Amino acid sequence: MDTRRFSLAGVSSPTRTAVLRDAVGLGLAVGLYGVAFGAAADAAGLNTWQAMTMSLLMFTGASQFALVGVLGAGGSALAAVGSALLLGTRNTVYGVRLVPLLKPHGLRRFGTAHWVIDETTALSLAAPDREMSRLAFLASGATIYLLWNATTVVGSLGAAALGGTAQAALDAVVPAAFLALLWPRLRRSFPEAAVQRRVALGGAVVALALTPFVPPGVQVIAAVIAVALAGRPRRAS
Amino acid sequence: MSGTALWAAVLAGSLGCYLLKLAGLSVPAAWVEQPWVARIVDFVPAALLAALVAVQAVTSGHDLVLDGRLVGLAVAALALALRAPFIVVLVLAGAAGALVHVLTG
Repeated sequence: MDTRRFSLAGVSSPTRTAVLRDAVGLGLAVGLYGVAFGAAADAAGLNTWQAMTMSLLMFTGASQFALVGVLGAGGSALAAVGSALLLGTRNTVYGVRLVPLLKPHGLRRFGTAHWVIDETTALSLAAPDREMSRLAFLASGATIYLLWNATTVVGSLGAAALGGTAQAALDAVVPAAFLALLWPRLRRSFPEAAVQRRVALGGAVVALALTPFVPPGVQVIAAVIAVALAGRPRRAS
Repeated sequence: MSGTALWAAVLAGSLGCYLLKLAGLSVPAAWVEQPWVARIVDFVPAALLAALVAVQAVTSGHDLVLDGRLVGLAVAALALALRAPFIVVLVLAGAAGALVHVLTG
């Protein structure tokens, strides 16, 4: 590991090494989520090819989880795609922030776009200068893309081989994985954490209240719309 | 759901998510930096993820169902509060779900 790190870093600065270390480290951690995604996709009735296609082509974790989550709840394809797109709007804003750093011109823009996600954006914005931003983007993008896709296959095939008790374990893992995605937004350190908590509570309550009355999966979208309409969240000063 | 409908959801969702990413790199910043866009980006994830947590944990079709999933969720919340790593959270939740399945099975 060390050898590879130093050869990648070449003759250049410790900053470069640090950027690469952070990128690869985060990639390894995120790769674990891929196992959970593959397992959740299997639980929702997607086969391994479909799970793989999502990780290859969609490649944005929260949207992928949302799509299989709604399908797993019995929701329609439309409700599932709608949830994925709602969460995907984050990446549009990330792209705007990345343009001045990465300056992706011409055809490169089409390739760059595919790797615009939470982690690559965070690392690129945190890098000390534009060259390091590009390095952080490429290193984290490549590491996460490779691992996320590999671990998706592992999770999907692993979950497909499970029996009764293991299936019950997997059923408990899926909501826990969503909670783990939600959790950082509920922490006190997150911007406007109090509003985030109210929004989250509202979303959960509305979704459960609607469950007996609307087609499965629709309650998730309806909860989001209801919370959005419930009024402009007050901005913390 | 049929295999065709699943594939349609997978491919349409993938294309849409890619176009959302591409839009960020392509449109003038002022188009995206609107208050209502910021509001969606800031708060939709919390509502959507919380709705998914609730639906995945305690519903089945149109019914509320309390089983090992809720116990697993409680264990996961505790583990997250104690800042356990992601993989530990999932393993503990899964173990709790399996345990309830065995005990009540």
